[in-house]
Amino acid sequence: MNIRSIGLIYRRELGSYFSSHIAYVVIAVFLLVTGYFFYNLLASFSVISFQAQTNAMLARQANLLNINETVVRPLFGNISIVMLLMTPFLTMRLIAEERKSRTLELLRSYPVSDIDVILAKYFACMTVLLAMILPTLIYPIFLVTLGDPEVMPIATGYLGLILLGGTFIAVGLFASSITENQIVAASVSFGLLFCFWLLSYSVAFVSAGFGRFLTYIAINEHLESLAKGVLDSEDIIYYLGLIALFLFLSLRSMESKQW
Amino acid sequence: MITVEKLVKDYGSHRAIDDISFSMEEGEILGFLGPNGAGKTTMMRILTCCMPSTSGRATVAGFDCLEDPLEVRRRIGYLPERVPLYDDMRVSDYLAFVAGMKGMASDLISQSVKRTAEDCGLDDVYDRRISNISRGYRQRVGLAQALLNDPEVLILDEPTVGLDPGQIKEIRGLIKNLSDRHTIILSTHILPEVSLLCSKVVIINQGKLVAMDTPENLSAQVDDSSRLMLRLGGPVDQVEEALGRVPGVINVQREESPDSDSNAFSLDFAAGQNARKDLQLLIAEKGWDLMEMRNLSASLEDVFIKLVTRED
Repeated sequence: MNIRSIGLIYRRELGSYFSSHIAYVVIAVFLLVTGYFFYNLLASFSVISFQAQTNAMLARQANLLNINETVVRPLFGNISIVMLLMTPFLTMRLIAEERKSRTLELLRSYPVSDIDVILAKYFACMTVLLAMILPTLIYPIFLVTLGDPEVMPIATGYLGLILLGGTFIAVGLFASSITENQIVAASVSFGLLFCFWLLSYSVAFVSAGFGRFLTYIAINEHLESLAKGVLDSEDIIYYLGLIALFLFLSLRSMESKQW
Repeated sequence: MITVEKLVKDYGSHRAIDDISFSMEEGEILGFLGPNGAGKTTMMRILTCCMPSTSGRATVAGFDCLEDPLEVRRRIGYLPERVPLYDDMRVSDYLAFVAGMKGMASDLISQSVKRTAEDCGLDDVYDRRISNISRGYRQRVGLAQALLNDPEVLILDEPTVGLDPGQIKEIRGLIKNLSDRHTIILSTHILPEVSLLCSKVVIINQGKLVAMDTPENLSAQVDDSSRLMLRLGGPVDQVEEALGRVPGVINVQREESPDSDSNAFSLDFAAGQNARKDLQLLIAEKGWDLMEMRNLSASLEDVFIKLVTRED
């Protein structure tokens, strides 16, 4: 591993995200959609609060009037779905594009190991993802200024979002490493991510033990517990393990797939 | 400097390189010659450690391509065919990126990039985006990135393909200049390029090594019967018949003459026979006008066609 080569490839990769406008477009769309979700959640919360002033029945339903339960937690859920839809657009080009244009061949004729290439590309994409998530902090800042939400679940929720995004990118990087076609790369990463996402849907139809296993494997379940403010090392290890696994798979696929 | 021993490369069931061995010394320019699909690019990819060989051994500057790929890559500059570059970067930024990737010390990069760009004639496009420069400049940027950090070995895959004649001449001049400091392998299917540039030629066809020698020796090797070109006046049928009767001449063929007063013939001599004296006597005796008489040596083109078609 060579920090200098990682730095150089990272800078080049990040520059290419912004000079090709991919980063601007993806970030803008992401913020537009998440902003719309936030507006709707907040609007429905204020309608409920308003009605609760005159409706005693409604006023007794504490969880409906808890801003963490009605706005913050669903917001994390919504952001994670938008992220699931957007990250494949960020990751699909990572290796597939260089393979198609054959710049990968030239890159690999320099004294640089494959792991440096993989890590640099991963970090570059991760940086774009952070630039995408960071502006959404304005929503909780808005809530904290105007209301009185608990801060801890917001903090752990963001940690969960970053870990989830990091996992999406690792999966997308792997999908990009197995092909030279960006559409194929995007489709494969959508497919893999949806499968991981939907696993928890089957929990009701299988035995309890297998159900627990599926819940553990499902990619979004761990975000939910983090968004509740539960900082469990099990969730963090799950995401980090998945990231390591898919980075390793990308490396293997790059090593073995040499034209 | 470079040795290749019994190299084999299979793509699935297709054998792209079939048991090729050769070696080259420091300072040589080796030309890889072969029709399209002969295995030239595959060979270069193996030497640059982009691709592992199926069996056999390749070493560059004493390092094995499979065992020490990083050491090999530190010592080579590679120009792949079709010159893949990062189109969204400026020429100067791109070259600085490559210099860094090759491990050049940070404080030397900007100076060395400037110098290399100058050597390759890139001054005019130094600050332009690579996507906006012409094919010829692209090729030169490709060459410049290969030259950065002064590698011992240059591997150039079809360096002049797709350029106009003026650009081809320039690039060839550049390569020729590099030969005193670098060992160069270049692949091409343009034959005159090889005789102009290379000190050694390897001809491959369908993955097999067909011939390896200096361009001169290769030409001589095919020259098993020497040939002569004759242009002289006189009645064409009589001349042809008389020439055919000269001892040692085994074949007379009419060629197109540049003017109507003379007739051109090419003569083949039997091996080891010199019929030139008899020809002179015959021409003097008949009183024909002798306009031209010269040896025809086999061109590399003849060698190539002969060797490659012999395979089939």
